Amino acid sequence: MIAFPSKTRAGQRRIDRIAEIAIGLSALATVAGIVLIFVFVFREALPVLVDPATRKTGGLAQLFARGAWQPVSSDPRYSLLPLILGSLKATLVAVVTAVPIAVLAAVYTSEFAPNRLRELIKPVIELLAGIPSVVLGFFALIILATWIQALTGSTVRLNALNAGVALGFAILPVVYSVSEDALRAVPPSYREASLALGASEWQTAFFVTLPAAWAGIFAAVMLGVGRAVGETMIVLMASGNAALVSAPLTDSIRTLSATVAAELAEVVVGSTHYSVLFFIGSLLFFVTFLLNVAAGLMVDRMRQRLAGS
Amino acid sequence: MNSTLFSTRSLALAAALLVPLCVLGCATRKPEDRRVSVKGSDTMVILGSKWAEIYMQANAGRTIAVTGGGSGTGIAALINGTTDIAESSRPMADAERAEIQKATGAPVEEHVVARDGVTVYVHTSNPVKSITMEQLADVYTGKITNWKELGGPDRPITLYGRENSSGTYVFFKEHVLGGKDYAPATQTLPGTAAVVNAVTRDENGIGYGGIAYGEGVRHLSVAKAGAPPVEPSEATILDGSYPLSRPLYWYLTKRAPASARAFLQWVTSPEGQGHVKDVGYFPA
Repeated sequence: MIAFPSKTRAGQRRIDRIAEIAIGLSALATVAGIVLIFVFVFREALPVLVDPATRKTGGLAQLFARGAWQPVSSDPRYSLLPLILGSLKATLVAVVTAVPIAVLAAVYTSEFAPNRLRELIKPVIELLAGIPSVVLGFFALIILATWIQALTGSTVRLNALNAGVALGFAILPVVYSVSEDALRAVPPSYREASLALGASEWQTAFFVTLPAAWAGIFAAVMLGVGRAVGETMIVLMASGNAALVSAPLTDSIRTLSATVAAELAEVVVGSTHYSVLFFIGSLLFFVTFLLNVAAGLMVDRMRQRLAGS
Repeated sequence: MNSTLFSTRSLALAAALLVPLCVLGCATRKPEDRRVSVKGSDTMVILGSKWAEIYMQANAGRTIAVTGGGSGTGIAALINGTTDIAESSRPMADAERAEIQKATGAPVEEHVVARDGVTVYVHTSNPVKSITMEQLADVYTGKITNWKELGGPDRPITLYGRENSSGTYVFFKEHVLGGKDYAPATQTLPGTAAVVNAVTRDENGIGYGGIAYGEGVRHLSVAKAGAPPVEPSEATILDGSYPLSRPLYWYLTKRAPASARAFLQWVTSPEGQGHVKDVGYFPA
């Protein structure tokens, strides 16, 4: 029967079944991989919540209290606030620099650019996503930092502004790409109706198409934020890594992700410092996971609404 | 007799592991030819690689793999048995020695293979020529924040340092800061090369690291309490008058294969020591 599978209906069904199981297993392996990684990271972080010895200096109360990040010290202190602030500052700068450029570029390519130009611009911007982050980090460390220092006159070369702008390069492609898809998902009937009512092309683009796609653009921004929060190499190289609690963007920052990258290699397994680093990993996992889920929901919502109307 | 027993056993073990992988040739290798792994201090990677390169050229068939990762990483690997030799720019801590004793039943073997000077870098345009150990501690703990307090221009000091996974970080913290914490404003950079790079681009910058690095920056003379400042150089580091010199260690355990011991013997021989200066460090 197996030898002549296509001759009979039952044989065909069996082949279908085997193929289905095979691809089902692949899907399962992917999900299982993610679950296992999370279980591992969370398990290593667990002492922060349950182990009395760890909780003395690295419990939740200490992690979220005001204080310093001084893990290698005779009096170790593990306040995450400087790190959280650092991640927020870098992400904020990245979003402020990248989102306007990305969204306007998306409006241009989806609404105004002739097809041939669009075919050129879109792949070039998406190519930016292929630049390894260590290369972007190196660029920021050597060149961008000098430009930004000359521009702002800041005393500190490697600072939040520098790291944030470099992060902006990293998130620009994803924000652009998802925004562009969202704009193109707006049905042509919207634009036709607007133009028929006498609106100009740019009025149509900015007051009809863009608002119709706002959920998708919001999703694009959230994906960008997720990428910026988790990005490690760029901030490790370009931010100066000083764990300060200060407002100016021209001060050095130390982000959550860079802290894990810089310190995990040397830490004693099972120590408070080790658990706290894994706790930071879990925190980053949660934040990016939530942002990705939220972005996915926004895109779905927009699709449904546009399809419904 | 014990040592022959050990080497035949390790040979048998290596053969048992390698036979499925390579059918021909491997079982006939001499124990001295087993691949040696050297792991640890980032400061010492260039030194270890230089030795390995010359040693492999002179002894065909021997393979030495040198990797960095930090002194602690190398020591952890030695404890786990995943490296034959650990390179460290700081002496091993008592807890680490105890773990080696527990894992192998013998104390760790410590060898000083070279000496290094930790030097203080400033921008080439900086007029400050020397600094006392006390001032250096005050600068890095954040008590002194302006160059004018050190006899320089009225400009803020930008602090550059290493990540807390670095042996140099620990050495500086213990020998200069007296165990106190670095000022939070200290920018920590991955690797001494990055520190040097940052200081070359920052007129207000101060950094520290191995003497082998330092292209494009100026080294400050350092004074012990009540003594005149001493310039970092081969002579002052070897005679101990420069306050910030340190030994660089190799650690081996009882488990070390004959191949690793042969390499160690060559490294501590006059021939091996003759190459130390090629990379900017000093013979032990």
